[in-house]
Amino acid sequence: MPPDLCDKIIIMKVSSLARGLFSAIKSNAASSTRSHFTYYPTKFSPGTRDVQKMNMFQAINNAMDQALEQDSSALLFGEDVGFGGVFRCSVNLRDKYGKDRVFNTPLCEQGIAGFAIGVANTGATAIAEIQFADYIFPSFDQIVNEAAKYRYRSGGLFDCGSLTFRVPCGAVGHGALYHSQSPEAYFAHTPGLRVVIPRGPIKAKGLLLACIRDANPCIMFEPKTLYRAAVEDVPTEAYAEDLGKCDILREGKDVTLVGWGTQVHVLLEVADLAKKQLDIDCEVIDLVSILPWDTQTICNSVNKTGRVLIAHEAPFTQGFGSEMAAYIQEKCFLRLEAPVKRVTGWDTPFPHVFEPFYLPDKHRCLAALKEIINY
Amino acid sequence: MLDYKLHKLEMGPDTLVALTEREAALYYRQLVAIRRLEAAAAQLYREQLVRGFCHLYTGQEACAVGLCAALRPQDNLIAGYRIHGWAYLMGVTAAAVLAELTGRASGCAQGKGGSMHMYAPNFYGGNGIVGAQISLGTGIALANKYRKNGAVCFALYGDGAANQGQIFECYNMAQLWKLPIVFVCENNNYGMGTSAWRASSNTNYYTRGDYLPGVWVDGQDVLAVRSATRFAIEHAQQRGPLVLELCTYRYAGHSMSDPGTSYRTREEVQQVRQRQDAIERFRKICLEMSLLTQTQLLGIERTVRDEMELAIKAARTDVELPLSHLCNDVYAGSYAQLQLRGVLGHNLEHARSRTESCHE
Repeated sequence: MPPDLCDKIIIMKVSSLARGLFSAIKSNAASSTRSHFTYYPTKFSPGTRDVQKMNMFQAINNAMDQALEQDSSALLFGEDVGFGGVFRCSVNLRDKYGKDRVFNTPLCEQGIAGFAIGVANTGATAIAEIQFADYIFPSFDQIVNEAAKYRYRSGGLFDCGSLTFRVPCGAVGHGALYHSQSPEAYFAHTPGLRVVIPRGPIKAKGLLLACIRDANPCIMFEPKTLYRAAVEDVPTEAYAEDLGKCDILREGKDVTLVGWGTQVHVLLEVADLAKKQLDIDCEVIDLVSILPWDTQTICNSVNKTGRVLIAHEAPFTQGFGSEMAAYIQEKCFLRLEAPVKRVTGWDTPFPHVFEPFYLPDKHRCLAALKEIINY
Repeated sequence: MLDYKLHKLEMGPDTLVALTEREAALYYRQLVAIRRLEAAAAQLYREQLVRGFCHLYTGQEACAVGLCAALRPQDNLIAGYRIHGWAYLMGVTAAAVLAELTGRASGCAQGKGGSMHMYAPNFYGGNGIVGAQISLGTGIALANKYRKNGAVCFALYGDGAANQGQIFECYNMAQLWKLPIVFVCENNNYGMGTSAWRASSNTNYYTRGDYLPGVWVDGQDVLAVRSATRFAIEHAQQRGPLVLELCTYRYAGHSMSDPGTSYRTREEVQQVRQRQDAIERFRKICLEMSLLTQTQLLGIERTVRDEMELAIKAARTDVELPLSHLCNDVYAGSYAQLQLRGVLGHNLEHARSRTESCHE
């Protein structure tokens, strides 16, 4: 459904400021025809829930609207969130909740993170946005050394559990080195944090609300290429997804495919191709939660199929796939029919012109799948 | 007569300056060249030959032309991401700039860097992460001092970046060790969509160095910027670091995705164009001082147009880098495992594209 139609359905008034700023971006939407994935929407089983067609930024907006409404201590801040944010995730929220609760910070990621941790220390709810995941590194120290360790080092006297970072991440087709990174592996290495990645609007809203309510500091990496491309019927009520649990999107007996974020949609297409071309049944799993990850469901699946392929945009060496591979081979050794396979970005900085070759697209994933099937 | 504001300084840059015919012709050509270069970049972007992020310098030309006019061959420069004009003045040809934008092998960084990553001898880029370049610049200045090469490093940043913490760390280190560095804030009054006064509690960026002396300069005036830069070079070498604030304005939005009209009025942009345009002001000086005639000015413009047309053609038609370069230049050649890991055991050969880099 074209974005314009979505705008009319949504009851919220989009501030004219945001509309003006991004009329140029809308015309660039033609580049979505060059994207490396096809979007597979998640459909709810029919029920009595009220749903509304939303894309991912609208779903996230809806989640924050509900969070700010239900929790009077909740604050939303980051660079440019006031007028609606560079991805429109926070449109209308400043008008609705006031400048005291929804406000811009200057250009200072380390400050934003430290500030957010301080807010959460007092028990108030902090929703901090880092404009691009590529910019998160000045805040790395605050997140890893302060946020993650607060509860532990104070023996439970203090914590920053009411803290959630929202961070747009991932390849977008033209982001090059500093607007495309997927840094989840750096944060997965830090006990004390929660790291989650949605694959679409339904997941994004539920995960964000769950993170806000969760008593641990959470980071939600939002694949920016899905903000507009991902459209689903999203429940209008407030709901929270389970944290730490993965989703089996498709069941199969021959091989397990695991990914997160945008890559889930690549893998769903690979599963279709595998069925059509090779008559292979793939079990496709969206990991959802990077830290802590659902070891049980994944290992159950691998024990069933005997073969597993993990795919992610981040580089190969020390990508999160390596943690999973190490764990899976330890727990499922005797049931494995082939080595654990990883299809990932190359061990280079995220390239400018070579992006189509860098990404673990469906062709590379399918080739890897053939290899482990025929092992 | 030129006008400056001084912070912790008894005397400032020269307010009376000289301008020769030759200099006038050179600066005019450079001003017009940058303006046209950015127009060419915008055109290529609209044709979707340039993708990704493209930050135009249109309107701020006098800062680059004025500053580079005073640079000596040994001085170095490092800047943020709005650098097409700076790259051009530091020796990257227009063709190499535009070809870099369109990702061709003849581009400045062989097409691997894009708009934000252009480099040249003594020009260290070209940095995407806001504020990070200042720390790098401070290190460059330290190396200059250590090597006793008499060079001064100019580290450029904008009004948005002025609030990054590491800049204050650099002010301290520079002053402590009396480094030959000039911190240059190109204040175009907007950090992306946020006006300076909404992001900074103190918008007098030339005073933000606190214990560092500073000079506020009219960034739309080539000669003021040049004079201030000469003053700054002398100061950096004799007395230590300095902060220059060049007050300027960009006509385009933050990047090509930003029309630039939702956070400021069209009238404001028009006003600056009509009353404060850097090129117009310089043109007037040339004509009023009888340094250049109308015919000469037109001749310069024609030369620039021809130059840009050739550059655009190169950007459109030159070959792209072959896929084998995907894994080049990740490491220096002495990396033990000269193969990069990827997928399916298809380990790509790693190589270095150039045998010499820009530094000795």
